[in-house]
Amino acid sequence: MTNPMDDVAAHSQAMLVIGSNTTEQHPVFGTMLRQAVLKRHAKLIVADPRKIDLTEFATLHLRLKPGTDIALLNGLMYIILEKGWEDKAYIAERTENFDEFKANIMNYPPDAVSETTGIPVEQLYEAAEILATTKPASIMWAMGITQHTVGVQNVMTCANFQMLLGNMGVPGGGVNPLRGQNNVQGACDMGGLPNFYPAYQWVNQEPNQKKFEAAWGVSLPANIGMTVTEMMPAAANGKLKALYILGENPIMSDPDTNHIRHALDTLDFMVLQEIFPSETAEYADVLLPGVSFAEKEGTFTNTERRVQRVHQAIQPIGNARQDWEITQEIARRVIELGSRKPSDAPHAAWNFTSPADIMAEINALAPSYAGISYERLDRGERLHWPVKDAEHGGTPILHVGKFARGLGKFAATVHVPPVEMPDNDYPMLLSTGRVLYHWHGGEMTRRAEGLMEVYGQSLVELNPDDARRLGVNGNKRVRVASRRGVIEAEAWVTDRVPPGMVYANFHFPEVNANQLTIAALDPIAKIPEYKICAVKVELVK
Amino acid sequence: MVNFTINGQPVQAHPGQTILEAAQEAGITIPTLCYHKDLSPHGGCRMCIVEVAGARGPLTSCTTPATEGMQVVTESPAVIEHRRMILKLLLSAYYDRGDNKDDGRENELLHWAEFYGVSYSEFAAKEPRYPVNSDPNPFVWVDMNKCILCSRCVRACAEVQGRFVWGLENRGFDSHVVAGSGVTMLEARCESCGACVAYCPTGALDNKMSVGAGAAEKKVTTTCTYCGVGCQFDLNVRDNHIVRVTSNPSAPVNGMRLCVKGRYGYDFVHHEERLTEPLVREYLLQGKERPHGDRGPWVQVDWDTALNLTARKIAAARDTFGADSVGVLTSAKCTNEENYVMNKFARQVVGTNSIDHCARL
Ligand code: SF4
Ligand code: SF4
Ligand code: FES
Repeated sequence: MTNPMDDVAAHSQAMLVIGSNTTEQHPVFGTMLRQAVLKRHAKLIVADPRKIDLTEFATLHLRLKPGTDIALLNGLMYIILEKGWEDKAYIAERTENFDEFKANIMNYPPDAVSETTGIPVEQLYEAAEILATTKPASIMWAMGITQHTVGVQNVMTCANFQMLLGNMGVPGGGVNPLRGQNNVQGACDMGGLPNFYPAYQWVNQEPNQKKFEAAWGVSLPANIGMTVTEMMPAAANGKLKALYILGENPIMSDPDTNHIRHALDTLDFMVLQEIFPSETAEYADVLLPGVSFAEKEGTFTNTERRVQRVHQAIQPIGNARQDWEITQEIARRVIELGSRKPSDAPHAAWNFTSPADIMAEINALAPSYAGISYERLDRGERLHWPVKDAEHGGTPILHVGKFARGLGKFAATVHVPPVEMPDNDYPMLLSTGRVLYHWHGGEMTRRAEGLMEVYGQSLVELNPDDARRLGVNGNKRVRVASRRGVIEAEAWVTDRVPPGMVYANFHFPEVNANQLTIAALDPIAKIPEYKICAVKVELVK
Repeated sequence: MVNFTINGQPVQAHPGQTILEAAQEAGITIPTLCYHKDLSPHGGCRMCIVEVAGARGPLTSCTTPATEGMQVVTESPAVIEHRRMILKLLLSAYYDRGDNKDDGRENELLHWAEFYGVSYSEFAAKEPRYPVNSDPNPFVWVDMNKCILCSRCVRACAEVQGRFVWGLENRGFDSHVVAGSGVTMLEARCESCGACVAYCPTGALDNKMSVGAGAAEKKVTTTCTYCGVGCQFDLNVRDNHIVRVTSNPSAPVNGMRLCVKGRYGYDFVHHEERLTEPLVREYLLQGKERPHGDRGPWVQVDWDTALNLTARKIAAARDTFGADSVGVLTSAKCTNEENYVMNKFARQVVGTNSIDHCARL
């Protein structure tokens, strides 16, 4: 997020929530948005194919067809330009590439956009007017925007929108992606990505490579590594031999489960460091017991780039060990046994004695974390990265006065229909996501009794019209099939989903929607297209 | 600034600030029950009454703005007598079966009763009027016998959570709080966030998972393991077990707010399926080739054996097939520090950039 949650909650006069079921997936932020509407009468526009909870609080619900986000936003920007509502001074001072961008927007007149998105023209005008004339306005989105083959384009389109209206770098504005898991932000920040060292230093840029070579005392590869969605095929065809997995469950969370099973099965060796024997453990050769959040010290970085402490409350269960210690033990042993030996260098050694020690190395090598220390955090300082040094107070709002790259660059983005659309054989559209009572692959929440009591089995949302057509009545079991797999589940007949669409989650192994999803990737971010694929639905007799 | 006095002491208030808030800022305690700083003022319980010179009767300090020159007295004999009466009345409709005795939770009613010398054993009801644990919600324990009709739950649900589950049913002595039109909480669209529990002053609403669990030996403030909002809360620990999660009002992101997963999704930590010992496949210990298909039985080993085996396999793959034959998946659930060492492991130790996690998923 460019802007913190409390800033949006307190200062946004208008809010566009697109592709985020906030009250179920980021529940506490969802309550803040509800209260902004209830108490401050902020205007809320929800763009979502589903009638999600937030729509009850919305001034306007744009029920767009799935996968048409770019067309919608470009269409709104067409209207904004047509009416002359853009922030001309901001565009002139702070941005570049406006003309090319504008030429592209001219391909999105309201009639055509209405046709593509299924949203009536009047609603397009209404939405454009609210967002353009109510300042400041913020945009929030989540996986609904990124989990498409055009995910990166979607994100750029949101940024275009906010630059056009001068809503970047101001309180109550910004582009605000809501990060899914508790520390997905931190995992990215810490170099858990194939293209970046910690703090987004490109691995294929020589100065960065030199810097880390000098720090770690080894020569480093200049090529970008494989993403998880590339590792799986590499495992299947024998290029990837060994895999070290920390606390992830690709069998549940990755698209096209059957393909993943095959890939993991082909590996020579897999070590899994986990707290539960997850579905992925079936394919592991070594299983190392790590610890849960309650048993560890450290930091998480939330969706607003705020670094916060995790404090150990209980001793590790059984013989489980601290995860950082396990990694350190393996590292020491691999160095000792293998042929790759680091030379003497400031951070070559593996002799961390505590998480605070690791944070000190992070301070030295990751510029945006340079000034973050346990001492400051424990003192109650509010630290959003970048925190440039021990004196710097952090950066709650990004791009104030100036963009990180200098001028904000408008990008021309193009609506591309989803890779797999309904056809005669698979006439319905499947979209996937989470529900309030469960989390991700469900490893934790399926082992929480009360949560299971409220939501104990996977439900597939089905529109009443479709239910009638399929004859779903007393018997609610349906079979949902795609070109890749089949699941059977109970239908929840509800007008939350529009006719022609079903919605399923991936919390339950027996009914994992990822049996059905497609491994089509966004070419830049390599995010699978979870939100859309074609399925057929039938009643289980 | 508004200048006035409380018990003869000069006090300042912002324009519009209530007597109660100004008093609190000045470090003067006025008893309250239905008031909570996060919620809109209700003015229902009348515990907070004070005498104001020139006013006709006592005023509720939680709803009365301080005005210039006001002279406030918080503990006059008449006020104290009035409060004792309120406490006696509340106690006469208050019955506690004792399910949550000694759980360390502060009971505001009993606190003030004791403070004003209103005897619990003398005045408290001896019989229940409602069934204990009357709602099937798996997280929220409802015991209307302990309800004092302060309406904090009603306001918490509406003003914190943005749900409208609770309402007051007004029937004189039989007035009570109901979910929806007298349905179950979940039927009244409860999201099980536990805000109503957190704001309840008596434990009429309590944490069902923790009934009888006793008081915490320590409370440790930490950050939630579920979503990216990053709520903080206190893990209440007893005997190396998490017995409950409580809101920590100074949590920077969320204050008292939590969602159902953060507040009630902690029991996985102690689940019997937790991995507690390192395990390796039998074929590895026997130095055999990996069987096709099923990888064979697990054998429990000591840490050294498991770590050495792992290191040998990774080093061998690296040295034989090159660094890019080894991949690393780090975790969006783990800490920054843990992710940093995974990144260092992939790049420095193995020499590959093939490290990723499920950010995209
Ligand atoms: S648990 Fe939350 S949603 Fe349910 S009644 Fe209480 S405050 Fe309302
Ligand atoms: S308590 Fe709920 S909203 Fe808060 S971080 Fe945890 S999962 Fe997210
Ligand atoms: S606290 Fe003021 S009336 Fe209840």
